[in-house]
Parts: sequence; structure tokens; C-alpha cells
Amino acid sequence: MKEIKIVTKDLNLYYGNKQALKNITLNIPDKRVTAFIGPSGCGKSTFLRVLNRMNDLIDNVKIEGEVSVDGVNIYDKNIDVVNLRKNIGMVFQKSNLFPKTIYENIVYGPKINGINDKKTLNEIVERTCVQSAIWDEVKDRLNENALSLSGGQQQRLCIARALAVEPEIILMDEPASALDPISTAKIEELIHDLKQKYTIVIVTHNMQQAARVSDMTAFFYLGELIEFDRTTKIFTNPSKKQTEDYVTGRFG
Amino acid sequence: MNEQEQEFYSRSTDSKYGKKIHKFTRTKESLIKLFFTLNGVAALIFIILIFIFLFKEGFRALEHIGLLDFLYSSRTAADGTTKTIFEWYPTSDDPRFSLVPLILGTLMTAIPATIISTIFGVAAGIYLSEVANPKWKEFLKPLIELFAGIPTVVIGFIMLVIGASFFNDLLHPDNRLNAFVASIGLSFVIIPVIASLTEDALHSIPNDLRMASYGLGATKWQTISKVILPAAFSGVSASIILGFGRAIGETMIVLMAAGNAANITSNIFLSVRTMTATIAAEMGEVSQGSDHYYSLFFIGIVLFTITFILNLIAEIIINKMRKKNTF
Repeated sequence: MKEIKIVTKDLNLYYGNKQALKNITLNIPDKRVTAFIGPSGCGKSTFLRVLNRMNDLIDNVKIEGEVSVDGVNIYDKNIDVVNLRKNIGMVFQKSNLFPKTIYENIVYGPKINGINDKKTLNEIVERTCVQSAIWDEVKDRLNENALSLSGGQQQRLCIARALAVEPEIILMDEPASALDPISTAKIEELIHDLKQKYTIVIVTHNMQQAARVSDMTAFFYLGELIEFDRTTKIFTNPSKKQTEDYVTGRFG
Repeated sequence: MNEQEQEFYSRSTDSKYGKKIHKFTRTKESLIKLFFTLNGVAALIFIILIFIFLFKEGFRALEHIGLLDFLYSSRTAADGTTKTIFEWYPTSDDPRFSLVPLILGTLMTAIPATIISTIFGVAAGIYLSEVANPKWKEFLKPLIELFAGIPTVVIGFIMLVIGASFFNDLLHPDNRLNAFVASIGLSFVIIPVIASLTEDALHSIPNDLRMASYGLGATKWQTISKVILPAAFSGVSASIILGFGRAIGETMIVLMAAGNAANITSNIFLSVRTMTATIAAEMGEVSQGSDHYYSLFFIGIVLFTITFILNLIAEIIINKMRKKNTF
């Protein structure tokens, strides 16, 4: 197996008194696509948000256990969360572009990191748009409102925006669930290209999608990690009965 | 009709669906409808009547005084030179009706008040929407809105008695009661207006945008200043315009705290007299049907027009914002 990028050990998460994640222990490999699957409410999105401390923004969340990225415990109280999030990009279920121009959306991240040189910013815009396979569609309309793009384009622009801060890890929370099949195919192709350079963790409802894009798959059920293995194994020869029932469509 | 259908229609005699509507029910329904229609229309009619009365009386002034006389009066002095006078002195034997000092007086109190209120009101709105924890906000927002409901005569009285003396000792203004003191008093009323509307505008920004910004490694302040405020810009500006409109239309505070001398000045520490205070102070003593009487109604038209336009602009901006934020 490849090098390990993220390690979680005995991770428990509570919303108030309700336990949402139970003893999650998981190693996420570097420069691979790891998919989280499971029925709604199983905790997969919550777990994704643990990885860049997005749950900090929700009241009443308590987290126990360890989450380490490159050997650093990111829940150490001296960790700079803002800096952490710069290095772990995130793409959300619903495209959440700012009501600004396409150009301004992409340079938002670099700018808040202190990059103001026009030439550098232009290079970033072109590089990230090429990377996220949207350059040909937006290069002539960079100064148009980003919200004028189609849903699929908006989502790819969100990925470009995430890439602009040069993260090593990209977390995707059901990035294609609101898209049509063609746009979905484009996103999946894009994920495939991106894993050369990035560690990608993707939450998906769509099992075929997990099977197509991921190298590793984790199956969550009721806040527990049931099984974590190579994607081919999970979908062809899972070792747990629950996993088999889910991937064959017997429940979920 | 075949057998099946015949059977179907013969059921109607004992069907529970066939109950006839009671005549009384129908009448009751239409009476209720009429009641609410009348009330709704009445509210509109009253506003239109006020409007008509104001304009009817106000435009009478133009028959006697003339539009230019509301701007300035020309007087020939003893040595034969013509002087242009900007004075509001309707009770003199040689009455002057220039609205210039009154309009300036209104602006001299309303503009500083709006500036002060924008700073504090927008900051308070940001605090309520973005910084305060939800429980604290639930307590604070109604409290701030309650402030807007304090009778303005109370605020005017406090400014007249306490505020004016305080600033008199602190800043030694030219007049004890002046535009500055009135602006501070106005701010007490306008800050809650701006704070509450700013909070609404910021709160209407979808949470997704905050998440996007934090996800890119932005701090809270960067998120507020670079994403939330620009996205809510139209709503925040509408709140400021509405606050300004309120400042222009406010009466009791300026009547009590601004000093009521119709000075033409850019010195904020001099007494001024606003349009509203003029109407309130003089309407009780004016003889009905005189030029003075009609000219007060004319001031009413000017005020009405200004606040109407400001409210209209704010309304347009707010509607535009509502459309923009529905993704």
C-alpha cells in the first residue's frame, strides 16, 4: 500500500448527547482516492468534516480521539485551524460559489493568503482551471458572474477554487449528487486526474461512483466504520455481511 | 347508460358526498370576505386622503407665495441695491418663506446622525449576525429593536436636559442646543433601525458561502469583510437609506435638542431648525388660511417627497437583494 496520509484513532464524535461517530480507526493513503459510502445519517459526511475541523463551526460538537495528518495531531490545541484548512481543500455537495466573478472566486483563496501580484494570480487562475477541466469553458468569460455558469460548471469551478490554495488533500462531500450524468462523468474524470497530485477523500451516496473513482472504500453504518478495504474487494468480495447487503442493494 | 353506471348514479340518494351547502354558511363566508376587503381598502383610502389633503393645502401656498419665494426672497434695500435673502421668517410684517435654512437644518442633523448610526448600527448588525452566539442574539436583537420603540419625546427630553449639558461641558459648543446634540439624539433611534436591518441582510446570506470561505482557510474577519458584507451590500445600504429617511422625518428629538434657530451654517455646533420641527412648532399658533398656514403644508409636501423617494429607493434595493439571494 502507498504511504499513509491521514490517520484517525478511536475517534468519537458527539452532537450534544448523541454519539454520531463511534471508535473510528482508519488510515487514508496518500495520492489515492478514498471513498466513504453508507446510508444517510451514517456519519460519513460528519467524519469528512472531522478531517479539516469544519465541525468546529457547529455548536455542541465534542470530539475525542486522534486525527493525524502527516504525523501531526490536528486536534492539538495549539494547531492553527485557519492554516490547517488552507492545506485541506473542501468541495461541498451544493456548489457554493461566491456571488462574484469567476476570476474573483478563484483568486479569493490566494488573495487571503497574501498573494496580490496580478501575474501570479492570472497564472493560478489558468492553472487551476486547466486542472479542473473548465478552462476552455470559462477563459473568455472570467469577468462574468460565477453564478451564471451551469450547475456542473459551477461545481468544477468550486474544485478549481479549492485547488487555488494548493492543498495536498481535497475533501469532497457528495460533489456530484446534484448533477446530471454528463457533468457527473466530467467530475469523476477530474477526480481521476487529480489523484496524481492530491490525496482525495470523497463521500458519495452513489455506489457505482465509489466503485468507479476510488481506490479504497470505507463503509459506514450508524456511526461505525464497518469495513475499510480496497474498493475492488469491498464491491466484489466484502468480508462483512452488512457491507455485502449494502453494496448489493439489499438495504440502504 | 349501462347497468354499472345506473348502479353508480342510484347511489346518490344515500351518499355522504351530496350534502347541500347551507344558505347561511354561504352568506357568512361572503360577509367575512367583505369585512376584510373593506378594511384593506379603507387603510389604503385613508393614506390616499392624507396625501390628497396634504397636496391640496400645500399647493394653495403656491397661489399666494410662488415657488421661487420658497427658495429665496429678493428685497430692495434703502440704497437701491437688491439683496437675495435666504430666511424663514413667515410671521414678520415682511414675511420671508425661504425653505433653504430649514432644508439645510434637516440635513445638518440627519447626515451626521446617519454617519454615526451607520458606524455603530452596521457594527452591531455584524455582531448580532456573525459574532454573537445564538442564545445571546435571541436576547439582544429584540432588546435593540425595543430601543427603536422608545418614544422620541423621551429621547429628546434626555438630550435636552442631560445630553446637551454633557456636551456643553465637554466640547464647549457655540450654542448649548445644536445640530450635533440633535444628531446624537437621532442616532439613538436610527442605530436600532440600521442594526436590525443589517442583521436581517447578513442573516439572509446562505451559510454555504461562509463554509466555502472557511474551507479555503479564511479567518472569520476575512469571511465577514470579503464575502458576507459584499454579498449583503445592497441590503446594508438599504438599511442606511431607511435610517436616513427616519432621521429626516424625525420630529420631537430635533424640536427639543437642535435649538430651533433657522441658521444657515456648516458649523455643527450652532443651533439649526429642521423642516419637521418648524411644522410642529408653528402649526399650533398659525392662523388657519394664512400664507404661513399653507406654507407649512408645503414643507409637508417637501418632506413627504424626500422620504417617499428614499423609501422607494430602499424598497427597490431590498427587492433586488431578495431576488439575488435566491439561488
